[in-house]
Amino acid sequence: MVENKNIFEIKDFNIYYGHFMAVKSVTLNIEAHKITAIIGPSGCGKSTLLRSLNRMNDLIINSWVEGQALFHGVDIYHKDTDVIELRRRVGMVFQKPNPFPSSVYENVTYGPRIRGIKKKSQLDETVEKALVRADLWKEVKDKLNESGMSLSGGQMQRLCIARSLAQEPEVLLFDEPTSALDPISTTNIENLLQELQKTVTIVIVTHNMQQAARVSDFTAFMYLGEMIEFGETDTLFVNPQNKLTEEYITGRFG
Amino acid sequence: MAVFDEELGNLKGKILNLGSMVEVAVRDSVCSLVERNSDLAKEVIEKDHLINALEVGIDEECVRLIALRQPMARDLRFITTAMKITTDLERMGDLAVNIAERAIEMNEEPLLKPYVNIPKMAEITQEMVRDALDAFVRGCTKLPYEVIKRDDEVDELTAKNFSELLAFMIRDPKIIPVAVKRTYVAKYLERIADHATNIAEMVIYMCKGKIVRHMESPEP
Repeated sequence: MVENKNIFEIKDFNIYYGHFMAVKSVTLNIEAHKITAIIGPSGCGKSTLLRSLNRMNDLIINSWVEGQALFHGVDIYHKDTDVIELRRRVGMVFQKPNPFPSSVYENVTYGPRIRGIKKKSQLDETVEKALVRADLWKEVKDKLNESGMSLSGGQMQRLCIARSLAQEPEVLLFDEPTSALDPISTTNIENLLQELQKTVTIVIVTHNMQQAARVSDFTAFMYLGEMIEFGETDTLFVNPQNKLTEEYITGRFG
Repeated sequence: MAVFDEELGNLKGKILNLGSMVEVAVRDSVCSLVERNSDLAKEVIEKDHLINALEVGIDEECVRLIALRQPMARDLRFITTAMKITTDLERMGDLAVNIAERAIEMNEEPLLKPYVNIPKMAEITQEMVRDALDAFVRGCTKLPYEVIKRDDEVDELTAKNFSELLAFMIRDPKIIPVAVKRTYVAKYLERIADHATNIAEMVIYMCKGKIVRHMESPEP
């Protein structure tokens, strides 16, 4: 049997907030070990769609879904889904760096400790490995006991990535991960994404079209809750097929 | 982005300006030969620096727009096309200078025989240049495809011109120096037609995002 390269298979998928339909009949496959970017104007439903992939929307009262959203062929929204386990396998990094108000070490070991890992040597190993993968180890290895909040913005964001990586996720969802960062920190995160791609699948929501163009393999353009165009990033930015996409990416929208 | 649209409009204007300067250079260079008017030939040679300066200016403008506006999609294709066709136009200007240089030399010599193939080639070539530029302005039409097709006519005339002159040269080796220059002129025109073809191919890319270079007779 050929291995299915699509880690997520979304089909005719709707997301509602009460009566408001935020995502309309979206069909989209996310390929493993690729970076998929979702772009579109504010309110187009891109973050809503992203958050549905690890059921972060469950936390929003009145939100509900229709249609199919499969992770490894299994319905994400099935009543038997272990949501905690889903969120371990599908991690998330947000726009504003949000380390816990505790040490760098505790930030990274939080997840593993919750999962019951207590052995110091194992936790030490996890911390080093996650921080190395997040390209932060060299900068913080001598201040693991200092507060995560004392780091710079870019370092805090990489700490949040390390915290997610300590959970050994298969997928990382990024919601505007660099919009609060300066250009150098942004480049660091973008380089990191390309490195992480070897081991995890990445979905990133970004307002920065150049960022989508720089880092992603595939790009989805959403507008008013609909998926207008989805394709290889090279094609979408050079020769988009849909007029709305063309207008949006050339800055002639509305 | 009204400012950007204006900048793109200005860029297009500059390219058309360059295009018409090149059209004049090609026309005058052929005239200077056929009408044996060496003053006109000198004028073509003297004016070439204007073409070069405009080419450089357009290139700089394109680089500036890429850096400052980060163009995407059709804007990106327009600007990359602009950069490439500017190079083609500048080369056409150089070839017009080459024709003018040969004209000055050949006008010193007695007329070998009336010019027949060269004016024909020049006519088709100039039409190709004009149509390629029209296509650039008007965008998606059949015009660029027609330009590409016409290149074959010019190639055939180049070959015909060469074999005719070869027969002359075999019969009378004394005429070789001037006959060879005639084959050069035909070759220059053939190269100009090739550059017009390049422009037409780039216009198709600009409109459709499809690369048709190195394809046998592309269809719309």
